Amino acid sequence: MVDVAQPLSGSGAAPNRASDLSIRIRRSAEFVAIPLFALIVSGVLFSIFLLALGKSPGDFYSLVWRGGFGTAFSIQNTLQRSAPLILTGLAVAIPARIGLVVIGGEGALVLGGFAAAAIAIPLVIGHFPPFPTLVIMMAASIVVGGFWIGLVGYLRYARGVNETISSLLMTYIGIAIMNFFVEGSMRDLSNPNKPSTMPIGDAYMVGYIPGTQVHWGFAVGIFLAVVLQILMSRTTFGFAVRVAGGNPRAALAQGLPVGRLIVICCAIAGACAGIAGFYEVAAIQGRANASLVAGYGFTGILVAFLARQSPIAIIPVAIMFGGIVASGGLVQRRMELPDATVLLLQGMTFVVLLTSETLYGRFKIFQPPETTDRT
Amino acid sequence: MSDNSLAIVFFALVGGALRVSTPFMFVALGECLTEKSGRVNLGLEGTLVLGAMTAYAVSFHTGSPWLGVLAAGCSGSVLGAMHGYICKLPKVNDIAVGIAMMIFGTGVAFFFGKAYIQPSAPRLGSFSLGAWTGNAQITQALQINPLFLVGIAVAIVMAWAFANTKWGLIVRMAGDSAPAATAMGVSVDLVRFLSTTFGGFLAGVGGAFLSLYYPGSWNQGLSSGQGLMAVALVIFARWSPIRCILAALLFGAAGAIGPALQSVGITQGYYFFNAAPYIMTLFIMIASAGSKRAMRDVPGELSITK
Repeated sequence: MVDVAQPLSGSGAAPNRASDLSIRIRRSAEFVAIPLFALIVSGVLFSIFLLALGKSPGDFYSLVWRGGFGTAFSIQNTLQRSAPLILTGLAVAIPARIGLVVIGGEGALVLGGFAAAAIAIPLVIGHFPPFPTLVIMMAASIVVGGFWIGLVGYLRYARGVNETISSLLMTYIGIAIMNFFVEGSMRDLSNPNKPSTMPIGDAYMVGYIPGTQVHWGFAVGIFLAVVLQILMSRTTFGFAVRVAGGNPRAALAQGLPVGRLIVICCAIAGACAGIAGFYEVAAIQGRANASLVAGYGFTGILVAFLARQSPIAIIPVAIMFGGIVASGGLVQRRMELPDATVLLLQGMTFVVLLTSETLYGRFKIFQPPETTDRT
Repeated sequence: MSDNSLAIVFFALVGGALRVSTPFMFVALGECLTEKSGRVNLGLEGTLVLGAMTAYAVSFHTGSPWLGVLAAGCSGSVLGAMHGYICKLPKVNDIAVGIAMMIFGTGVAFFFGKAYIQPSAPRLGSFSLGAWTGNAQITQALQINPLFLVGIAVAIVMAWAFANTKWGLIVRMAGDSAPAATAMGVSVDLVRFLSTTFGGFLAGVGGAFLSLYYPGSWNQGLSSGQGLMAVALVIFARWSPIRCILAALLFGAAGAIGPALQSVGITQGYYFFNAAPYIMTLFIMIASAGSKRAMRDVPGELSITK
């Protein structure tokens, strides 16, 4: 039992406040314990799966640990990969606050990255100074990403188009748009291997956070997660969003601009995913090509659900999945597993996690103590 | 564009519609059944991919493509049953579970499918409805796979069953009003579980068509959203199996625009035309969502249109 729990027999103000605290702690404990339980269950299920294939689960988990968190190098690699996951996780979590299941982060990431590369090329050719160039690139990816998912929100509000399906369709359309330009008019013909735009060049790349090998996207991701957490839980805007998410009719009756709130939430989501695309181009790839379609947007969905759509909780969950993604190569080579292993593990975790939703409210330990004598 | 190339494009479109539509048709029929019972399964994209992989693998190992089709259906029903069972639990959101099943199905298919990208498996045969004309172009365009006809038969049977049988009534009742169905002594959960399972079976068969007939090979980019488009198509078809067939043909033709134009030498904007089905789906959703007719036909318990 949680030892802060106090009997509610007292009638003064102090015990009441203590019991409020106890309720909050119990609730938070439930939000941590049940996802953790789901993670453990999916870990066990995946171990059984590996055993059935004649592979050792022990090897698998120790390789994931070594490849993701074992050395200073692997930790930095993990943090680097968690940067887009934080941002695409936010792209799911913010619309979720207003009751929308938007899963189009991948498309906004790809188009955001492409927009950054596309706008950079004339500036790079014109020898525009690097810093303002990067600012313009980032602005482009924010605008394009925000527009892309904002449109999903607009269609949802104005026309009642299901946002889950439309956002995923928009992802396919976004990838097709990038391919159209990258393999067509914007293709860098001096690069015969992989259709890409012109490289932006080393001078224009985003650097590392001082003292690390981790690009600035990681810091920006954490900063945005904190800002959005505050926005969603401590401001009038966040309150309005939560009201609209909980009961749109009541929100409308209260005169809240529900349509505008939906579009703003979706645009914030798209902007986050767009920024992820910007860093993939400006810090990792150096150009826009099919490597942007790396599945970060889809892993971000799982990250957001595992974090229970809380911006701040997305950070540790994204780092964990960043580690799993980062160790993927090592696991594949050492254990001769196909590259889809990570995808399978993610799918399995996701299914178990959603199944665990049914456990909320079933355990007495997480519930407020009997409140009969409080009234 | 000359008359001749117009004709080529036209026949390529017709042929494409007949070929490309079949997977749309099966997934849409499966989703139609599931949604009629009051539940949404967004995971049929994953089911389609897993069905394609299973069919190809079984056909490769047994040498019988029809056994592959059956296996694809069974793998689809397993995914459908999982979805149906999980959604039965209280507090679980069927849309989110669908997304998870999409990732899970795709993950399983890619994991086990790695070994089957290279080898060549026996495919399903076809026959032509246009052979009597003696015209090679028409014969080619009217090539039909037996699964296409099976799909149409399933649609007709389903439409008839919804309208005329006790089972059809039970499914519709579970979809329109769970309390009414419960009052009649029907287990809503069981009806939805079975509908989702059978819907998964149909989607799996649709996947078999992809890998065993057209395009006729197994690779990771095989489906790229067709399962999802088919789910959107059901809203457009307003939950009628017959209209699902017509919508699937329309989608098939849209999917064939790119290759058809390519066959007469128009390669510019190839990627744009490949995106045509997605764009069309989006526009169709914009046009049909929230329309009065759609609101009248929607099963009352459905969460997707609320």
